[in-house]
Amino acid sequence: MKHQRNWALFFFLTPVILWLFLMIVLPHIDLLIMSFRVENDAGKMVWSLSNYTQFFEEPIYWRTFARTAVYSIIVTFLTFVIALPVALYITKVVAPRFQGFLTLLLLLPFWVSELVRVYGWMILLRESGVINHFLIKLGILNKPVEMLYNDVTMILGLIYTSMLFMIVPLIAVLESLDNSLIEAAYDLGANMWAILFKIIIPHATPGIVSGSIVVFMLTLGNYLTPNLMGGKNSLWFTEQIYNQFIASFNWNQGSAFGFLLLVLSSIVVWLGLKLTRQTLRTVVK
Amino acid sequence: MQIDLSVQNITKKFKDFIAVNSVSFDVEDGQFFSILGPSGCGKTTLLRMIAGLTEPDDGSIEIRGKSMIGILPNKRPVNLIFQQLALFPMMNVGENIAFGLLRRGEKKAIIKKKVEAILERVELSGFENKQIDQLSGGQKQRVAIARCLVLEPTVLLLDEPLGALDLKLREQMKVELKKLQAKVGTTFVYITHDQSEAMVMSDFVAVMNDGEFEQIDTPQNLYNKPKTPFVAQFVGDNNTWSGRIRQCDKHIAEIETDDGNLFRANIEDPFPTGTKVDLFLRPEAMLIQPPSDIAHLNRFEVVIKSILFDGANSQLLATPPNSEKELLVALPQNRQYDYIQVSDKIEIGWNEQSGICFPKK
Repeated sequence: MKHQRNWALFFFLTPVILWLFLMIVLPHIDLLIMSFRVENDAGKMVWSLSNYTQFFEEPIYWRTFARTAVYSIIVTFLTFVIALPVALYITKVVAPRFQGFLTLLLLLPFWVSELVRVYGWMILLRESGVINHFLIKLGILNKPVEMLYNDVTMILGLIYTSMLFMIVPLIAVLESLDNSLIEAAYDLGANMWAILFKIIIPHATPGIVSGSIVVFMLTLGNYLTPNLMGGKNSLWFTEQIYNQFIASFNWNQGSAFGFLLLVLSSIVVWLGLKLTRQTLRTVVK
Repeated sequence: MQIDLSVQNITKKFKDFIAVNSVSFDVEDGQFFSILGPSGCGKTTLLRMIAGLTEPDDGSIEIRGKSMIGILPNKRPVNLIFQQLALFPMMNVGENIAFGLLRRGEKKAIIKKKVEAILERVELSGFENKQIDQLSGGQKQRVAIARCLVLEPTVLLLDEPLGALDLKLREQMKVELKKLQAKVGTTFVYITHDQSEAMVMSDFVAVMNDGEFEQIDTPQNLYNKPKTPFVAQFVGDNNTWSGRIRQCDKHIAEIETDDGNLFRANIEDPFPTGTKVDLFLRPEAMLIQPPSDIAHLNRFEVVIKSILFDGANSQLLATPPNSEKELLVALPQNRQYDYIQVSDKIEIGWNEQSGICFPKK
């Protein structure tokens, strides 16, 4: 019996382990090795740290890196600020029979690819776009303004892209919040803000943290949105990695950058967990 | 006596359904007032309107003479203890109790003192730092009460707070709650579907049915002098006969029941002959094998169907011959009736004064 169970476990785990090992662990080991190799003057590959020292010596690299980190945190926070009222509305205000419908509405934009969604924004925001057209028609503007290719537009695009990944865990966690807790707080003299900060947010912390981790990682690793909506003015670290791999064909430098990004996201997630006193286990649940 | 809570003609409709229909009552300072009714009778809606969590469609609510209409729940001098208690799991006991005081902006040192004092009052001294999930059911109950009482509300509202407890604890908490109320002197408005809770604890009980009050009275009067058939049936056990009036003199009616008995029963006002009536009789009003020399007894024979032994509440389930009707007869456990066996034929007698008659609707 015990033998049989072991066999079943092995049977079902094999695909997972294979997938993890072949698709994630193995390539990463290869990339890690590659990041420590560099071509010497004689054209031979030798061990070296120069891919990493290069990153610190060249301001454009580490500045982009820092920018990406800070903006990702800002995007995560703003996404949370916008997602919380939406999730509260869906779980606590609206009649239960509309909840499913509203959640579906949120999902709807994700049926088309990110590329199409970003182009949608571009149609709205570009110089000859819909918004400019109307602003001029209404006489608010004299001549069209370029709204694309700056940091604000890029952040807007990133928030839009990651919204759902914050709302879904928030809805899940707020659904488990007993309405009578909110009413009890109200009855005991709490105003709206006290209810929000003393009851709702403490209860929702695991959902907030798990949503934030997902949004932060997705934003940090996003390539399409910063590239298309930020343009040349708003650099994103993934673009640097892309340039190394594709434009400069310097795979060694590219993998070093990749690993730096991995370290960065691990540190920020770890810090976030520590600050909110959550463990990865409760957040993943 | 000062009137703490005055509710006049309050009404609440949910679409076509009338949850509370023009209910009025006054509660005096320091009273334990219960609202008793079956589930779905509108008692929770009524309580939520007093707390301010639901807006009434019509009528007035006054607390110590001040109208509460349009005043938000966080500004009302009432507190509500929820059915599920609604203790905040993200806070410990001390923080739960301090929650309301903090919202009022009281000083830290004063809050600490008040929390200590109220915990002592509910016999939970030193529990400040315990987490909510470390408490037993009865302790949670007391924390919920302390959390409200610490705010010194004019009226404390309780929404079936004993419902979630097991029977033994419920019996114990009933007595404790009554004692606590006497000690703190706060006006309690308590709603329940459990008549024993309402009767044991309350000074006054309102019986509610279909959104309306049937009777507001002391527990004794509710039991002994129910004013409506609903109260007679809902409060305590009752046996029912339907029948019609054969004749009436001033206070005694002769009733012919549908199963062929002829009973004499006490009435308040005479009914015309032929009126269809319901006759109610408590199980303990029926005497088993009464001595033949007692006067003014209605006597009839029954066959014992089964003996429902339940300690002091033991009853006989009996059927009159040629009838399907089941009657409950109290069976005193003084060993006098130990000889009674199933399918015995015994005589039952009851005093004319014990039966209560209502015209059939």
